[in-house]
Amino acid sequence: MSMNRRDFLKIAGISTIAGIGGTAIVGGLQKGVIEAAQTAPDTDTLTGKKWGMAIDMDKIKSEETLKRVTEACHRIHNVPDFSNTKDEVKWIWTETFEHSFPGQEHQFMPDAIKHKPFLLLCNHCDKPACVRVCPTKATFKRKDDGIVMQDMHRCIGCRFCMAACPFGARSFNYRDPRTGLKPEEINLDYPTRTKGVVEKCTFCRERLAKGLQPACVEASNGALVFGDLNDPTSEIRRILASKYTIRRKPELGTEPNIYYIIGGSDYAVVPEIK
Amino acid sequence: MLEKALSGSKKYWTWIFILLVLIGIGTVNYLRQFQTGLAITGLSRDVSWGLYIGQFTFLVGIAASGVMLVLPYYLHNFKQFANITILGEFLAVSAVTMCMLFIFVDMGQPMRILNVLLYPTPNSILFWDSIVLSGYLALNITIGWVVLGSDKKGIAPPKWIKPLIYISIAWAPLIHIVTAFIYAGIPGRHFWLTAIMAARFLASAFSGGPALLIILALIIRKFTKFDPGKEAIQTLGKIVTYFMLTNVFFFALEFFTAFYSNIPGHMHPFVYLFAGLDGHAKLVPLMWTSVILAVVSLLLLIFPATRRNEATLAIAAAMVFISLWIDKGFGLIIGGFVPNMFEKVTEYWPTLPEVLITIGVWATGFLVLTILYKIAISVREETAGIEIEH
Repeated sequence: MSMNRRDFLKIAGISTIAGIGGTAIVGGLQKGVIEAAQTAPDTDTLTGKKWGMAIDMDKIKSEETLKRVTEACHRIHNVPDFSNTKDEVKWIWTETFEHSFPGQEHQFMPDAIKHKPFLLLCNHCDKPACVRVCPTKATFKRKDDGIVMQDMHRCIGCRFCMAACPFGARSFNYRDPRTGLKPEEINLDYPTRTKGVVEKCTFCRERLAKGLQPACVEASNGALVFGDLNDPTSEIRRILASKYTIRRKPELGTEPNIYYIIGGSDYAVVPEIK
Repeated sequence: MLEKALSGSKKYWTWIFILLVLIGIGTVNYLRQFQTGLAITGLSRDVSWGLYIGQFTFLVGIAASGVMLVLPYYLHNFKQFANITILGEFLAVSAVTMCMLFIFVDMGQPMRILNVLLYPTPNSILFWDSIVLSGYLALNITIGWVVLGSDKKGIAPPKWIKPLIYISIAWAPLIHIVTAFIYAGIPGRHFWLTAIMAARFLASAFSGGPALLIILALIIRKFTKFDPGKEAIQTLGKIVTYFMLTNVFFFALEFFTAFYSNIPGHMHPFVYLFAGLDGHAKLVPLMWTSVILAVVSLLLLIFPATRRNEATLAIAAAMVFISLWIDKGFGLIIGGFVPNMFEKVTEYWPTLPEVLITIGVWATGFLVLTILYKIAISVREETAGIEIEH
């Protein structure tokens, strides 16, 4: 095979680039600086230092709203439906007040509150017990925005995180999740999972990266407010500063970041900061 | 020395065959689980650990209890244990093997098991548990094998083995303390969140393990020419008595704190286990069986007449073992998950494949134990009567 000078230089150039690139990748891995599931940032990305959510219970008036919110999440994330509670996978769901806030209910409470369904999801805690116990760092707290992430490719399925999470936010794939999905409803833009790994809400990190609000927030007609808890001017911070809010099991010290507005009575105007 | 395991009586080979059949049945069921996923077990979103992890926890205790023979012999020069220390060490090897297998069959993605080493995570107790367990396995197989090898040749064991023996004595409680920390450091699981968990684990380990050793020693005496020694068995009986008393005492402490404080979250798991909660009471008969066995065994153990009688001692030892197996291999794990994080009750009961896999792992452990004991006993039978200074 003969080769002219021009072709030789082309091949030499490509080889050099490939070589340097390969070294960079290998070097990066060796230092262990690449976090699992890390991707290049998009310019539209919503940025925040500590994402959190406020859920206004007074604005959730119907079962349809709840259904719309949970289905929006489960559909776009290919969350399977096996129609049994044993192998159930759920990222966002409802539970009555007395079961969402055990110990907070009392016998004279109006039934409307006691049995009111509350939306539950991962609390993306500041000090997540699940991250503390994971033996492989498959679940980790993202440094830049505080989202508690789950790497489905690293998870060994030991379920220590499920034992540790005080909020019951985690689901294990007891069977192949693809068998619980209708083929025509699979969202091809989001990965399906394999059996034997744990999964949960990721605050729609894939939507945040594109500049979109989490799917549940978008479907909630303003009942769910998502924002940066680190930013005093954010809408969520202004709501938290003006309304009575509660969190689930704050006494355990995990510092959950989902707030429930009780008796919010349709805050018509979000108070401005002075 | 392995060749000793290859020649045996008809009874020996029948026993090996039975174990192999059980292992075969377990393996076939495990392959089904591997294919389908853990859905074939009774585990659920609410009770995500069950029989497998219970067995693991219980067996870590059995493994740790080997030290109850090693410590008196090597630190206090307690001669009566000279012959049976090897039985404790090899029991530890077999128990740790089962522990590792139970962790393996419980994993959702067992092919990724090396991720624990590839991404070492010191803040996870499971990481430390994998280190202490594999270390303990290595220590016991090395010590047992080297000492036995020297015995066979009729010489004193090499000097370098002594430091390893001392390390193994300190290491034994460690494996069970670390295993207790898996549970005792979890927020929100009231049944497990107790500072006394590691102490309870040690007490139950140091009664359950020696109880099993008593039974094994009696079986060995019946079927082989090797005599573990009447006094050695009696001393084990005393060890079982004191630690079982401690264990029951610790459990009573838990009970007092939960019910006198009257804090609902602390009481609920106890109510579920011993009386049933919201109409769910699957574990109640099992837990009361455990309590009754514990009380009756203690009576048999405390009264000198029944403790000194080997027949009643054997019955007491079996009762202790079964009582602790129920309490630690089952109740302890399920009690942590019921009621769940929403104060609701989801019950758990193992499925048939789950039970068969569990039996398969136990059979594997007993196969390892049988082979190791066969070797040890064959060597001991040959060297019977020869005094070797360790």
